[in-house]
Amino acid sequence: MAEFIIKRVLQALLVLLVMTVLVFFGVNVIGNPVYIFASSECDQACLTKIIADLGLDRPVWEQYLVFLGNLLQGDLGNSFTHGIPALSLIFERLPATLELAFAALVLALVIGLPLGMRAGLKPEAFSSRCIMAFSMIGFSLPVFWIGLIMILVFSVQLGWMPSIGRGDTVEVFGTEFSFLTLNGLHHLAMPAFTLSLIMMAMVIRLTRAGMREVLFADYIKFARANGIRERRILSAHVMKNILIPIVTVLGMEFGGVIAFAVVVESIFSWPGVGKMLIDAIGVLDRPLIVAYLIFVVFMFVILNLLVDILYSILDPRVRLGDSPT
Amino acid sequence: MKFWKPGLLCAAVMLAMPVAAQEVLTIGVRSEASSLDPHWTQLSADVQVQEHIFEKLVALDSASQPIPGLAASWQPLDDTTWEFKLREGVQWHDGEAFNADDVIFTFDRLRGGISGAPASPAFQLEKGSKQWTKVDDYTIHITTDGPYPTVAEDLAMLPIVAEHAARGVTESVDFNSGQAAIGTGPFLFEEYSPGNRVTVKKNPNWWGGEVEWDQVVFRPITQDASRLAALLNGDVDMIDYPPTIDLPQLQEDPDFTVSTISSDRLIYLMPGYKHVERFITDNDGNVMVPNPMRDWRVRKALSLAVNREAIRDRVMGGASLPAKNIVPPGFFGYVEGLEADPYDPEQAQALLNEAGYGDGFRITLHGPNDRYINDARILEAVAQMWSRVGITTEVDAMPRNIFFSRLIRGDELSMPGFDVPEFSMSMTGWGTVAGEATYTVSGTLETYNAATGGGNGNFGRYSNPEIDARSVLAKRTIDPETRLAILQEAITIGMEDYAYIPIHFQVNNWAMKAGLEHQPRTNERTLATEVSRVD
Repeated sequence: MAEFIIKRVLQALLVLLVMTVLVFFGVNVIGNPVYIFASSECDQACLTKIIADLGLDRPVWEQYLVFLGNLLQGDLGNSFTHGIPALSLIFERLPATLELAFAALVLALVIGLPLGMRAGLKPEAFSSRCIMAFSMIGFSLPVFWIGLIMILVFSVQLGWMPSIGRGDTVEVFGTEFSFLTLNGLHHLAMPAFTLSLIMMAMVIRLTRAGMREVLFADYIKFARANGIRERRILSAHVMKNILIPIVTVLGMEFGGVIAFAVVVESIFSWPGVGKMLIDAIGVLDRPLIVAYLIFVVFMFVILNLLVDILYSILDPRVRLGDSPT
Repeated sequence: MKFWKPGLLCAAVMLAMPVAAQEVLTIGVRSEASSLDPHWTQLSADVQVQEHIFEKLVALDSASQPIPGLAASWQPLDDTTWEFKLREGVQWHDGEAFNADDVIFTFDRLRGGISGAPASPAFQLEKGSKQWTKVDDYTIHITTDGPYPTVAEDLAMLPIVAEHAARGVTESVDFNSGQAAIGTGPFLFEEYSPGNRVTVKKNPNWWGGEVEWDQVVFRPITQDASRLAALLNGDVDMIDYPPTIDLPQLQEDPDFTVSTISSDRLIYLMPGYKHVERFITDNDGNVMVPNPMRDWRVRKALSLAVNREAIRDRVMGGASLPAKNIVPPGFFGYVEGLEADPYDPEQAQALLNEAGYGDGFRITLHGPNDRYINDARILEAVAQMWSRVGITTEVDAMPRNIFFSRLIRGDELSMPGFDVPEFSMSMTGWGTVAGEATYTVSGTLETYNAATGGGNGNFGRYSNPEIDARSVLAKRTIDPETRLAILQEAITIGMEDYAYIPIHFQVNNWAMKAGLEHQPRTNERTLATEVSRVD
């Protein structure tokens, strides 16, 4: 296990390094942020001065080395737009996104698992067909459209839900969370549901497929033959076995949801990191873009690792240390 | 029963009182304020929030004309010295008295730029090599290196910060925390929550009079549809930039009010004037020598081929003002007789024939797709109109973060400190923020000169000595009458020569709940002091 983790960490470091190169040179190719900010009256001398002040007049490789040097000291640079260390901006916004993503994950599991099991147990029933149709819709309709329709129906027409923003927050361990207040939950419901749809659809499909497979496996037949109650078979024997692919897929998907909840966050004006990234790209806030993407890579690597470890807990057959990686 | 009524009324009034005492205005804005440091950027989104907290020596009225702000009056003492008399009895938000030291501190802070700031307004002080001295507690002298007429207009771009609050603080950061966000304006800083809201509250001691709103909340809602939905369901009281496609419905709906004003932002097409332009080819794809854009008949033909009314009605939802002027009506420098070109494809065709391009040619029209109102759709409309007179036009619309870098110095001949633009025909906008045309003429019509700063927005590299002479002269003429005449001459020469092809002035709209009244301003900013309750 230790060897495995060390190997993975080394791999991760390499990935991070490659990523910094790609991202850094990538955003440098796009354009110069000074031209976006500059007032139309800012003349050549004024532009040149600002460019020099931000260090953008130096060759790209030199800028990169400076950046790398700072990175090793844990400094990802200051955001051009806000003048604040990029990392602190990310951490300031992250709780909002995490809250949204976790709420979506919980919704996906709480709604998706029972629906998927139902569809797996009675695949021919009308309700099961409805469930599968719903999962199709969840997959295929663009999130953007669903979000807008939800706003239109529940906020504008019915007036039940607030259309935008995050509700009242409560401070827990120095971080603001909104799911602890009624108003916060009220604001959280629509964006979380919208964000959860794809995950939910995936959970339904994976659960159903798993059920279909596992229900006919020998060990279930033997369990039944042993007279174990159906409820126990489903909750212990079946559940444990269908959860493995679900955990794997959700683990990966969850990373994506955190990193790129962009669409949902912009539609619902949710003050999270996804919206921040889009704004940063819009004005070419290079340090912020680079810092964020590196942060995301880091997060994916960690998530991968966690999924692998969870795997070994759920499925004792997987012996990570022994398998030749 | 009758004598119950006064009692009920009384109770109703008493019940209503606490509600009336907390007047909150929530504004949904398209772009978020990135910093509350008023010297950090000059983005409209930032400035409009900062203007609630900070003030300038010279304020701008709703038509962007200079009016007294923190300076009660000003006048030129001689050709190079201006005297500004400061307003007495003004208090900072923390109760300290405002005086000349704060102004000197502010200007000193800006000298040489703010470190790390992507667009500080420091260059406004460098224009004319301004120097500043305190004469007494309420008098400031500004001297320039030669006759310089627009000192007041420049100072209208420089918010004054409090010396006692802003000395030694970290740029941007300490303003966002509120520590240094001490101004003299109608509202006090309350909360800055990035991505979520900026909140300001009433300044009970504002020198400008009673403030109607107890609290004003700015909420960034980037998506057009979401912003509109937030207004419709009452999450916000007012929004800027309602989608133009929804304007007619909003105007008819009795529950909402729309305020409208033409802005100072001119949208225009800028031809490239290099000998050879990469994106202009003949019908076989060969570059053309000479570049047809250097023939004014071709430029006029292109202008006549644009149907500005159709763009206004079909693309802009009625929200544009077709133009040939470079500043909007009411601005210093507006030329009365310059009317937008009519749509006349026959004459356009005739002019092209006359110039020897009867068979047409090919051109690529570049422009942004996320900067101006309906920009990409305008580009497509223009391309179709030009193709109709035989000039096969291809559209290349791109996000502004790519567009502006390429527009300004995308050509590989660019050197450090010397920009060479890339595009052969591009659509851009120019906002005359100062309310007067001196720098619009200098910026867009004067020959590009990296040393003097002339023509810094002249991305086609148009060059006309007759305009240069007048533009340089205007920048040195103090007397307003004479300057106005010179500017109008320069504008007329440039526009009759089709230096570039104006399309329209953007018309800006705001939508709000019925019962609110908004006095819109030409410079696109949304100020709570200009919104009032009428019910």
